[in-house]
Amino acid sequence: MFDAQFNEMYLPDGKVREHFAPLAEWLATMPPKRVAEKRREADLLFHRMGITFAIYGDEQGAERLIPFDTIPRIIPRTEWEMLERGLKQRVNALNRFLHDIYHGQEILKAGLIPAEQVLANDAYQVAMMGLDLPHQVYSHIAGIDLIRDGDGRYLVLEDNLRTPSGVAYMLENRRMMMRLFPELFARQSVLPIEHYPALLLDTLRSISPRAPREPTVVVLTPGPHNSAYFEHLFLAQQMGVELVEGADLFVRDGHLYMRTTAGRQRVDVVYRRLDDAYLDPLAFRPDSLLGVPGLLSVYRAGNVALANAMGTGVADDKSTYPYVPEMIRFYLGEGPILGNVPTWQCRRPEDLELVLERLPELVVKEVQGSGGYGMLIGPAAKKKEIEQFRARLLANPANYIAQPTLSLSSCPTFIERGIGARHIDLRPFVLSGRDVKLVPGGLTRVALEEGSLVVNSSQGGGTKDTWVVD
Amino acid sequence: MLSRVAERVFWMSRQMERAENMARILGVTSNVLLLGSKETREQNLMAPLSIIESEEAFFERHKQLTEKSLIEFLALDETNPASIYSCLKWARENAHAARWQITSEMWETLNATWIEMRAIKRDRVTGAGATEFFDWVKDRSHLFCGVTYSTIVRGEAFNFSRLGTFLERADNTARILDVKYHILLPSVEDVGGALDYYQWAALLRSVSSFETYRALYRDQIFPIKVAQMLILERLMPRSLAACFEQVTQALDCIEGQSDHSVKRLANEMNVRLSHADIEEIFKGGLHEYLTVFLEDISELGSRIQRSYLGTV
Repeated sequence: MFDAQFNEMYLPDGKVREHFAPLAEWLATMPPKRVAEKRREADLLFHRMGITFAIYGDEQGAERLIPFDTIPRIIPRTEWEMLERGLKQRVNALNRFLHDIYHGQEILKAGLIPAEQVLANDAYQVAMMGLDLPHQVYSHIAGIDLIRDGDGRYLVLEDNLRTPSGVAYMLENRRMMMRLFPELFARQSVLPIEHYPALLLDTLRSISPRAPREPTVVVLTPGPHNSAYFEHLFLAQQMGVELVEGADLFVRDGHLYMRTTAGRQRVDVVYRRLDDAYLDPLAFRPDSLLGVPGLLSVYRAGNVALANAMGTGVADDKSTYPYVPEMIRFYLGEGPILGNVPTWQCRRPEDLELVLERLPELVVKEVQGSGGYGMLIGPAAKKKEIEQFRARLLANPANYIAQPTLSLSSCPTFIERGIGARHIDLRPFVLSGRDVKLVPGGLTRVALEEGSLVVNSSQGGGTKDTWVVD
Repeated sequence: MLSRVAERVFWMSRQMERAENMARILGVTSNVLLLGSKETREQNLMAPLSIIESEEAFFERHKQLTEKSLIEFLALDETNPASIYSCLKWARENAHAARWQITSEMWETLNATWIEMRAIKRDRVTGAGATEFFDWVKDRSHLFCGVTYSTIVRGEAFNFSRLGTFLERADNTARILDVKYHILLPSVEDVGGALDYYQWAALLRSVSSFETYRALYRDQIFPIKVAQMLILERLMPRSLAACFEQVTQALDCIEGQSDHSVKRLANEMNVRLSHADIEEIFKGGLHEYLTVFLEDISELGSRIQRSYLGTV
């Protein structure tokens, strides 16, 4: 059952899906030489515009590109509308959950999630308890990673509620496609996404604690050595706000200010691209030079807004993930529109039994683990490894979750020789402030190695433009 | 504009100008050494070090003062913050940190300069390729100025860049004049006396003003006229007066909050240069005049730092 994979472009009988038809016709008329030419042109433009990915510790200041594939990923509008409803619903529930666990903790009282799962979580911020946020929103910018199973059903693989990145690539990929292949956009009506920065600025302004006509919004970056610096810069420029580093900000008399050549200027909203632990050396990591001493006290006094709020990590944790469908039912009284990847929690005896039975075909992950550490990939493991893992699992079942081995959907992609099917995922960005908004599309990441399921840019993944078409 | 970014832009331009000036000083030194007598050789070698006040730092690293060790120290030494190498490095570093406030052309110019600098063969610079290297540095600096002037939006970044360039240039012209005048004309009584034509011509060439002198004065080279031109002549783009015209113009465009003391001092210096008389300057002593001027520049620099670039 896990081998079946969904092909975005072709039906099982080999016919092209209707929404891909105009693209397929166009591809058939494109001589390979012109394709190669266009790819070189794209590389050159990305370099010139500085859309690059900083490499840590590179003294030469050299930067590399995230490979860009010129075949778009296409989603029919009706399908997108379902996705949009599902994403809004999910992010709403996650924000309700965050508000709840820092206030009345109703969901814990109802016994839906074990209290220790939440309260003992490293990402749970005691400092957030009882703090009231504008519109009760915690994750103002959420990136939800979606994949499609063998039947083409969209499933949520992961919620990113801290500082999700990638939106700059989404925007630049579109700009690049329009520049390289304007004729393609004449064939099909592609819904626009260019207004994302405006929506983002709107969202950020809507959470300002003060109500001047134009609250001062800034983007806080860890600095040029951060791998996502280009995106921080890009978003600040697109919104027309200052890109600041910790040293540009200071706290005086209970307010946050930035140092400018014209004196100090009060800051109302900080779109921070810095982890919780680095935000305020007085409250968290004392060795952090990236944050602002005293920021937490200003935040707690309600004199500055942070996007995203502190302490959102508790809701996108691997151990919290299995509960999201239940959160949706609990807070919204609705059934979830977007499902999770089936996840078995080994702390439950009935789940454990099933996992032990099917160990050779499952992926088993440590609840706190990341980066593939302490993980068993059943189909790829030797018999001996599986047996060793079985013993570890039995010793401490609560420490593990299990999922079926995922097979991502695939989409045609330019490769060395011609076109081949490569695996993709999708990360739409959901904005929450006064209301919840998103632009039609997201960042499609593609695994450029044949058969590979790893789409991460740090491991040879590329990106594609994502089209929602009428 | 964020203070941190303004500071980067200011120093980016200052460092580039500083690299150019060092190349000019070393270029003219090489030239003078070819012409000068044995007696003046030592003095001429010493001059670049006295101009930037780093005699001590030099002798910490080198036993003997030779043309080679001088160039090694002032052009290539990575541990000397005043070397051309260090200036180009820091100009590029500062540009990198302010990359989104300057144009990509400016960034590319400084980045390419730095990459070329790293690839340059050191023994050529200290040997036969010295002049070629100094010309290259000057070219890169001129390219940077031109690129800046023709690409950057006339906003705060432009103003702080200008401020850095012209403050540094004024500082440098004053220093060259002070030191060279002292070597070439040890006593004031010699004013108007017999001159070593080649040495004076070299001094003028070091600030790109040999032809300008000819055009402006149509005369033999007289020390007092050289001083007049380098201090007071507004038409001469490296003169103190011309630099301060630019400095005050840039400051006029900068909106600050507590910058009264900066603008007052800059305007005062500008006015002094407008109304000064060269005969009177000589009466009070040229060296004394330039010493006060350099102190004022340094004071202006720290006020700029306090009012715009540092902590509020």
